[in-house]
Order: sequence, then structure tokens, then C-alpha cells
Amino acid sequence: MRLIKQQVERDGSGTVTLYPEEPEDMWHAFNLIRVGDTLRASAVRRIVSESSTGSTSSTRVHMNLTITVDKVDFDSQAGQLHINGRISEENKYVKIGAHHTLDLELNRNFTVGKAEWDSVSLGVVREACDPAEKAEIGAVVLHEGLANVCLITEHMTVLRQRIDVSIPRKRTGSVTAFEKSMEKFYDTIYQSILRHLPISNLKVVLLASPGFLAESLQKYIFAEAVKTDNKTVMGAKPKFVTVHCSTGHVHALNEVLKSPAVIARLADTKYAKETKAMESFFKMMQTDEDRAWYGPKEVERAIEKGAVSTLLVSNSLFRSNNMQERRRYVRMVEDVKASGAGEVMILSSIHESGVRLDGLGGVAAILLFPLQDLDESDEEQDETEEGNEDNENL
Amino acid sequence: MSRHKIVRTMNLADELDDFDGEDDYYGEEDEGMSPADKARMADGLKRVREVIGSDVPSLTDEKIEETLWYYYFDVERSITYLLNQVGATEKKKQKKPVVPEPKAPTQKAAIKAKQAFDVPSPDDVVIAAQSQSKGISKSSKGEKAGSNTTASIQKGVEALKVGDTAEKPTLPKIPRNKIDVVAEYEKSKSKRKENANLVVIGHVDAGKSTLMGRLLYDSGVVDERTIQKYKQEAEKIGKSSFALAWVLDQTGEERARGVTIDIAVNAFETERGRFTILDAPGHRDFIPNMIAGAAQADFAVLVIDSSPGEFEAGFNVRGQTKEHALLVRSMGVQRIIVAVNKLDLMHWDQDRFDEIKQQMSQFLTTAGFQPKNVSFVPCSGLTGDNIVRKPADGLISWYSGPTLVEELETAKPVIKAIEKPLRMTIADVYRGGVINPVTISGRIEVGNVQVGDTIVAIPGDEKAIVKGIEVDNQTAEWAVAGNNVQLHLANIEMEHLKIGDVICQADNPLVPLKEFEAKILAFEGLTPMMIDIHRGRLNASGRITKLVATLDKGNGSVTKKKPRHIGPGSLAVVNIAVTGAPLPLEKGSKIVLRADGLTVAAGVVE
Repeated sequence: MRLIKQQVERDGSGTVTLYPEEPEDMWHAFNLIRVGDTLRASAVRRIVSESSTGSTSSTRVHMNLTITVDKVDFDSQAGQLHINGRISEENKYVKIGAHHTLDLELNRNFTVGKAEWDSVSLGVVREACDPAEKAEIGAVVLHEGLANVCLITEHMTVLRQRIDVSIPRKRTGSVTAFEKSMEKFYDTIYQSILRHLPISNLKVVLLASPGFLAESLQKYIFAEAVKTDNKTVMGAKPKFVTVHCSTGHVHALNEVLKSPAVIARLADTKYAKETKAMESFFKMMQTDEDRAWYGPKEVERAIEKGAVSTLLVSNSLFRSNNMQERRRYVRMVEDVKASGAGEVMILSSIHESGVRLDGLGGVAAILLFPLQDLDESDEEQDETEEGNEDNENL
Repeated sequence: MSRHKIVRTMNLADELDDFDGEDDYYGEEDEGMSPADKARMADGLKRVREVIGSDVPSLTDEKIEETLWYYYFDVERSITYLLNQVGATEKKKQKKPVVPEPKAPTQKAAIKAKQAFDVPSPDDVVIAAQSQSKGISKSSKGEKAGSNTTASIQKGVEALKVGDTAEKPTLPKIPRNKIDVVAEYEKSKSKRKENANLVVIGHVDAGKSTLMGRLLYDSGVVDERTIQKYKQEAEKIGKSSFALAWVLDQTGEERARGVTIDIAVNAFETERGRFTILDAPGHRDFIPNMIAGAAQADFAVLVIDSSPGEFEAGFNVRGQTKEHALLVRSMGVQRIIVAVNKLDLMHWDQDRFDEIKQQMSQFLTTAGFQPKNVSFVPCSGLTGDNIVRKPADGLISWYSGPTLVEELETAKPVIKAIEKPLRMTIADVYRGGVINPVTISGRIEVGNVQVGDTIVAIPGDEKAIVKGIEVDNQTAEWAVAGNNVQLHLANIEMEHLKIGDVICQADNPLVPLKEFEAKILAFEGLTPMMIDIHRGRLNASGRITKLVATLDKGNGSVTKKKPRHIGPGSLAVVNIAVTGAPLPLEKGSKIVLRADGLTVAAGVVE
């Protein structure tokens, strides 16, 4: 993403014009644009004109439209963002108040206007425009009969294909059925890798499984690549790494990304850091319960006491349509930053580590020193927790 | 007797009461008997005659045949019935014989009555003619037996009814004989050896597969030639000590690596019992497979490597000896036999055996096994001492207890609820051959099943008909809870059946759950987190969404509501959401939760 123009007044209101360059930028835009903002982008609209004789003709007209956002919809599979809204600036074709759905396109400017640009929103813009080296990896997690082919980018984990087949178990006297269907299973995965992972652009392709499946799969892939003379795969041989994990479900990615072999290769990427942070939170939970807290109320209290060393927030919380709710989390982030002692990590909710954090209500903190009884429950707390659970589904 | 007479003698109110809407679908075309049935009929007739003798005048061959048909070749019941009837007629009490009034024939009559009013199709005409002629021949027999006219007419009707029952009720394809499985089971109990499932568990490389391979070899299930072949092949790749394990480890991968990956199922028989072995993998990566095996077990054999350092390795925090024992216990296994293996390497040292015994007893007691349900057997899988055969004289001078097999024989299978609605987790789906393109296997958890039953695999709503049943590789008409069965199915494609699905009767299915509450025992610390849900072969991903409460272990009362963290070893109630499609779980289903390669909790769905 490129920042074309930024006009933010002292009171926080203003507009920012951005130029998206790759599909991942749509994810940033999704985190930036909220209900109530104004958005200006190029659009194609069908205009129906009626002639004096009463016959109608319709033409498609390219134009720039400004809408007030009603709904934001992100399709992570296709990397597309659809924004519903009502026209807020009239032109010669459309009236104010008419509905329109803008589909943001790559390589076309869009302008977001907000009444209040807070530090988190500006943080998203900064992060989106950071030209740091992108490290995309492919990952296949599998166990017998189940495989998930995923693409992990800096800010997103996209499940490209889930392969779920029934494999007959070994039986006394006959293992041919088992071995045959395993062969078929490997082949399905191989085909899926070819189709869904841009191997030449990837930094590394992780094959992860319990037991020896990953190794067998790797062997199969290269045997097949040699057989079919697939130069891309053969050339990418060093990129394929086998890793151990305990299951083939997608959440095993947590385990995969924290394994030493992976960390050595991807140490400074954002998602590796996120995974590590979540891991240290859970470890703290086991070893020193009073230094690891989760849930908005508890964390807020810990921040008041200036005890937070690492604040983990899922970016799903900042997508909240409730302005007050959002301000609450923004304040938490700003308070920790202001205290100087704490570090803030905003986790992407579609990485597995973010999914894990969302399971805890979207916010968690590792403390500098142990605190007790932050969870003295009251009714109010229940409500906020309930509210968070709704957000997780975004 | 003519047909309208039947209609007239029919009591309409009874007809309506009896009608249960099911038998209507049974076609009537199946008048003839299959050759197999004919053979069984001849055999049955002979056996009845042997008991009753041929001098009873009122007992014609046809009559016996009819009765046999009615009880579907159950000779004993047929004889009882016939003797009752003969007794009644001979005393000339003019009373109706105590015939169990069958439901089906009256309905048949109703159907026929209906047909009489409808315009019959040519087929119907033929069928009707056939059954009519049969009815007439039977009524004439009936007259012979009776003495006065009214009684004879009554008798005739009675006989006709019995005769009609003989028309085998059929589904479109597969006949369902409406066996009272529970009664059949009770009767056959004394005749059969009880089958018990045992799961073999223990730390990786404790020698589970070798021990079981030895057991199968010494009890004659595996022949000498096969073992010789395995020995040669194993030697070729430099793993001669693995030859016995190859009896169970059959895939290329397992043999090449010398590690069991999946459950191997084998059966053997002793003089006193029949056993199905489920050889579980010990490696921690394959615990899901081990869970699948343990879910089918009545009792467990825990194999321990007694060689120096090895017992300790398996017994420490991350070893599988402990994890496996806890798992089988939490899945309801109560009886455990500890086989202290590889004692030949320790020169049958009593101190070592006692040391292991002492440590294990202590642990197993805390794990929830009652001391009377735990026993210890010293043995060696490689040499075969004290497994099937007694060790050579003086080899284990300090031990005079039973061998492993003798110890197995003392274990009683768990009594199962066979009257309840059918539940069976599919352990495997495969092609059973040309005649049976779709076969599933598994162990019936509760309930019973018989040929002709309509079943459904949950989740999913595709119905199938049970075409054939094999219990322990023998063809059977029915099976009950506790049996290891193979069901041959019709009217369904293999794609609709998945390993881990639960088979239910079509009229009493369970409702799959997307979210549920579970009472669990935590083995590790728990927070709201991603988990794997295991139940038998079922392995799905899910999430603990809410920690509802921690409970007191003694009385089950709530100690803390909404805890934010559940410590290891505590009892708690949590909410679990399933990530994918709903799971076939119901109240009382035992589940195991795992995360990051560790078993974090085990519990019951509330």
C-alpha cells in the first residue's frame, strides 16, 4: 500500500488517500474502514436514461463516488473488500442517499474520511505502508485423512483448501486398501499445493504432521515432481521443510510456527512474533497464574495499576461498530504505550495466534509483577464478555 | 375356507389397535423358501421329530414346518409350542390352544381384505391365489386336529394365521426376521464363550506388539511358516527382534520404522474365553489411534519395559505409561493387567519386579483403579515365558501366579446395555468384496442390530439397510452391545460413511451437537483455548469457549464459578464449541480433549 495523501486536522478529523498494490492491502483496508466513515473510490454504475419518447437506455459509467459506509464485508479467500453505503456527494448521475456497493480495486486510489483518526487507525495506515520485506509461506498441516493447505502472509492466514478423505484402516491380512488410499491422499495434497500455493514466490513451504506423514509426503512430492518433470517444484526443493506437530487441524499452525526449525527461518516476521507472544502468555498462565490475565475488565484494571509488560489485543476489537467500545480499547493501547514500560502487540485476528487470542475475549496481558483478584466479578463484566464473543465471529 | 369368511371373522377394532404402520410395506411375493432355508427346515424337522417322536397323530410334518417357520428355525421354542398344543388337543378341553397371538397375520388379513376391494393387479391375483390355496390346505389340517365343528373352524383360522406368518416378511430387498434379539441373546448366553476386548497399552518400545505377536503365535493363531517368513524378512533389514511384532504391524511404514502406527485388531481363543486384541501404538504422536482402540476395550493390558532406565522413561511426566493408563481409566476401563515385560533382560530379578509393582500400584490407585482390579504378571515377549506357556522350571522361582493368558481369562467382560437404542462408532469403512461393496466395522456400544434393520450414520441423514452381519468374522443374524461386528450395508454409498460417525437405528437417531457442556477432569492447565475432541475414531477440532465452574472432587459441588484458569487435576464444567460440522455426541458420551500433543482433559458430555 502506498500513502498518497494524508490530511488530518488537529481535532483528529480528516482524510487519508491510499493506493493498494496487493491483495493483502485489502485486509488493511478492512481494518481501517468502519461504519460511519466516508469512502471515495472509483466505481462503475449503470445509468438508466429515459428519452423523450419514453424508451429507456442504460449505459455503464465510470465515476468516482463518495459514500457513507453502512457495511464492510471482507472475503479473505478472494482478497476482496465490498463496502455498502449511501452516496454522500451528489454528481450528475446519482443523487444523495442512493445506495451503492464499492468494490475496492487494486492499483486504484481510495480515500477514507473519518471524524476521528485515533492512534490505532493511524497505526494501521503506517503498518500497511511499511515497505518491509514480505515473507509469505505455504503450510500444509495433515494427519491421516485430513490435510489443510494454507497460505500465510504477513497479516493473514488463508486456508486455501481443506482435504478430508476417509482412509480405510489396516486390517489383518490386508493393507493394500490402506496403502492405496494413502497414495491417493498424497496425490490430492500434491495437486492442491500446485494449484493453490505460488511456490516460486514463497519463502518456505512447511509440511507438518504427527508421526512420519510429512516426510512421506515430501518424498512423494519430489518423486512426483521428477516423474512429471515439474521444474518449479524441483527447483524449490530447499524450500520444503518438514515439521512435527500433533494434529492435522488448522490450529496446529500455532505449534508449527513456534517450532525451532521455523523460528530460525522466520524469526523477524510479524506472525512469528505474534505466535511467540501468545506462547509466552500461555506459558506464564501455567507457571505464574497471577502474572497472566485476560478479559477486558481484568486487563483494564492491570493497566490502571501500571503492571502491564505486554498487552496483546486482537484487531477484531477495533473493527467494532460500537464507537464507545472501540475507544475503550484504543485508550488501553494508548495508556500502555504512555506508561513507557509496556509493549503493545495488535494481533491479526485471522492468524492462528489471533484466533487463539479471540478465544480469550480478544485481549490479554502479561504483567510485570503478580496481581491478584483482578477478576472480582460483577454483572457489568458479563455483558462486555458477551459483546466480545459476537465480535469474534467477524 | 373362503376369503370373505376370514374378513368376516376379523375383529375390526383389533385390527386397528394392532396396526403399527410398519408391516404394510412388507411385500407378499416371497412365498417360496430359499434353498438354504429348505435345508434348515429339513434339519429342524428331523430334530423336532427326534424329541417328540412320530407317534403323535395330530402332529403332521407340515404343522411342524409351519411352527418352525414361525419361530424361524428355533427348534427349542418350536418344540415347546408344539407340545403345548398337542397337550391341549389331547385333553380335549375344547379350548383354544395357547398360541402366542401373532400380530402380523391379522394385519396380513387386513391387507388382503383391502386387496379384495381394490382392483387387483395380475401379480396380486397370483399371490392371492397362492396364499388362498395354502390357507385351504392348512385349514383342512386344522380340522383333523379338532373334534367338534366350531372348534375346528376356530382352529382352522388359528392354523391359517400361523401359516400366514410363515410368509417371510420382506423389505424391498433384505428380509427382516423381527428377531427378539434380547431374548435370543439371553438364551444363547450359556452356549457361547463370552468375547472380551482387550487393549494393549504402554510406552513406546515397551514391546506391546511383540508380546501380542508372541501370544498369537503360541496360541496357534499364527502359523510357524508365517513367523519364519517374518523372521527372514526382518533379518534382511536388520531388525530380527521385530519379527513377532510384524504379526500386528503390517504396513510398510510400520515395519520399516519398527513402530506401531495404528491399532491392529486380532482375535484368539482359549478354553475359557474368546479375546479380541487391540494392539495400540505407544508413540505419543499416535495417541489418537490409541484412543480409538481404548474406546472399544473391556479391559487393558499395560505393558512395561522393565529394563534399566526404560521403565523410568515411560513412567516420567511425559512418558506414555502414565498417559495411557489415565486415558483408559477415563474411558471407563476398570480392570487392568500390568505385564512386566523384558524381565529376561533383567535375569528375572525379583527386586526389579517388586520395585515396578510397588510404584505402579501406587500410581494406578491414584489414577482411580481399585486395587482388586489391578494385577501384575512378570513375562518376556521375546522368549515367550509366562505368556501362554509356564516358564521353564526354576526360571522364575519366586513367582507362582498365573500366566498372562490365565490372568486374562479371569477378566470378565463388562455387561452392556443391549436393550437401549443402537449406538456404534464406525471404526473402519471399506469394500468388503464383490458381494458387499460397503462394509463398516466397529464395536456396538449399546443396543442391538439385526439383518434387515434400517440404520443411519450420524452426522448425515443417509439411511442404509443392514444386509449382513459378521460377529468375530462369523455370519450372524443379529449382534448386541459388546460384539465386534462387520455390517454389510445396502442402499448407501461409501462416501456417506465416515470413520468416527455413529450408527443408529433410523427411527431412533441421536442429534449431533455443535456446542455442548462437558464435565471434565483436567490433566493440564486449561483456559479458553483450541482443542482436539476425540471420541473413539472421531477426531475433530473445537474450542473451549467458557469455563463454567470448578467442582469439588468429593461431592461435586461448585467451588468457584467462572474460573479464569483450571489447574491440572481439578474437576470442572466447561462449554465447548465445535469448529466444523456438528459432532455425533450425546449426553453421557465420553470424550478426550487434547491440545499441542498432550491429553489435557477427559470427561463426559452433559
